[in-house]
Amino acid sequence: MQGLDFSVVPPYADILWMGVWWTVVLTVSAAAISFVFGVVFALVVLYAPKTVALPVRAFMWLFMGTPLLLQLFLIYYGLGQLGFKIPALVAGIIGLGLHFAVYNADILRAGIVAVDVGQMEGARSLGFGRFQTLRYFIVPQAVRNTIPAMGNNLIVLLKESSLVSIIGIAELVHAAQLAISETFRPFEFYITVAALYYILNLVLEAGLRRVEQNVEVSR
Amino acid sequence: MTAERPMVEVKGARKAYGELQVLKGIDLSVARGQIVAIIGPSGSGKSTLLRSINHLETLNGGEVWLDGVQVNQALRGQAFERHINAVRQQMGMVFQHFNLFPHLTVIENVTMGPIILKGMAKVAARELAVELLSKVGLAEKVDAYPSRLSGGQKQRVAIARALAMQPKVMLFDEATSALDPELVDEVNAVMKQLAAEHMTMLIVTHEMRFAGEVADRVLFMDGGVVVEQGAPSEIFREPKQERTRTFLKKYLAA
Repeated sequence: MQGLDFSVVPPYADILWMGVWWTVVLTVSAAAISFVFGVVFALVVLYAPKTVALPVRAFMWLFMGTPLLLQLFLIYYGLGQLGFKIPALVAGIIGLGLHFAVYNADILRAGIVAVDVGQMEGARSLGFGRFQTLRYFIVPQAVRNTIPAMGNNLIVLLKESSLVSIIGIAELVHAAQLAISETFRPFEFYITVAALYYILNLVLEAGLRRVEQNVEVSR
Repeated sequence: MTAERPMVEVKGARKAYGELQVLKGIDLSVARGQIVAIIGPSGSGKSTLLRSINHLETLNGGEVWLDGVQVNQALRGQAFERHINAVRQQMGMVFQHFNLFPHLTVIENVTMGPIILKGMAKVAARELAVELLSKVGLAEKVDAYPSRLSGGQKQRVAIARALAMQPKVMLFDEATSALDPELVDEVNAVMKQLAAEHMTMLIVTHEMRFAGEVADRVLFMDGGVVVEQGAPSEIFREPKQERTRTFLKKYLAA
C-alpha cells in the first residue's frame, strides 16, 4: 500500500485554480439561465394559452424525467451530429441551465400561486395591467419566498456541474483527472477537489444566507 | 346649463355565482363630491356591488359608468385590458385587508402607481407621496416596510397609495372591518378629512355611527337589492322598510 502524499498537489495548483475558475463560470452562467428560464417557464405554465403552455410542460417533464448526463450528451454530441456544433462550454451551460430551470420553474410556480390574491387585486385596482402586476408585484414576492428552495437548487447545480467534465470542459473534476493522469495519485487529487467544492459551497451558502436576511427585513 | 352628469352610475346591475343571485338589478347614482354609505347584512351584495364598480367583479347584466365613461364596455382581449386599466387609474380602491405590497417600503407602495402608470418623474412622485403620507399622519414611516406597521397605519398607507393616482372617486370596501377597535378612529379620521375635501366616495361599512356622520346618503342593501336609501337621518331615525328596521335594531343592540 502506498502512503498518502499531498505534496504531489501543489505543482498542479495552476490547473486546479483554472478548474475552480471554470466551475464558477459554469455555475454562475447556468444559474442565471436556470433563474431566468425558471421564471419564464413558470409564467408560461400558469398564464400562457394552452397551445404554448402544453409544449412547455411536456418539455419540463422530459427534462425532469431524464438524466442530466444524457441531456448533456444530447446537446453536445446529438446536436453536433445534426450539424449544430456548439462549443462544449456553451453546451454545458445550456444543459445545466435548462435542467435546473425546470426545477426552479416548479418551485416558482408554487410560489406565484401562493402570493395572496389581494396582491393582484390591489395592483389591478390601481390600474396596473396583468403583466405589469406580475412583473412588479407577484413575481418579486414569489422569488423572495422561494429563495431558500432555489438556493438549494443552486448548491446542487454547483455540484452537478462536475458532470460536464465528461464533454471535455476543464472544470474542477476534469482538472483533477488531468493531474491524476500524470501523477497516478487519484486519492490526493480527488480529496483536494472535494475540499475545493466544499469551500465553494460554504461561500455560496454564506451568500444565500445574506440574501435571505436582506429579504427578511421586508417581512 | 345641463344637469351635471353623475360621477358614478350603476344601472340594473346583476351578478350571479351559479344559482346564487348576488345582485338582482341595482341602480345607483353618485354625484360629484357626494358621499354614499352602503350598509346591509353580510351576503347582501354590498361588497360585490362596490367591487363591480371597478370591475374586480364582472357583472352578468347592467352597466357601470364613471364620469360619463362606461366601465364594463363590451370590448374584448387587449382592447378591454387597456380600457379597464385606464378607467381603474381614476378610481381609488381601499380593501378590508389593505393589500399593501409587502416587498416595497411605504413610500414605494405609494409612488409605484404614479411612476409606472403615469410616467411621473421619481422626484415628483416622491414629493407627492410624502405630501400624502403626511396628510394621513405617516410622514415618519416613509421608509418602513408594511410589516412594521399597525393595521390602522397600513390602511392609511393604502389610502395614500390610492390617492396618489389622483382618482375621481374613492371606493372603500369595509376599510375598518379588519382593524382592532382602537385603530378604527385613525382611519375614519382620514376618511372624514377626504369628505371635507369633497372627494366623491362610496363606502361599504358596518359602522352605522360613522356612516351617519360622514355620508350624504345611506343605502341599505339586503338580498341583492337596494331596500331603502335616503339621508342618514331618515335611514337611521325613521326607516320606512321593516327589513331596514330589523337590521338596524340587531346592529344597534349588538
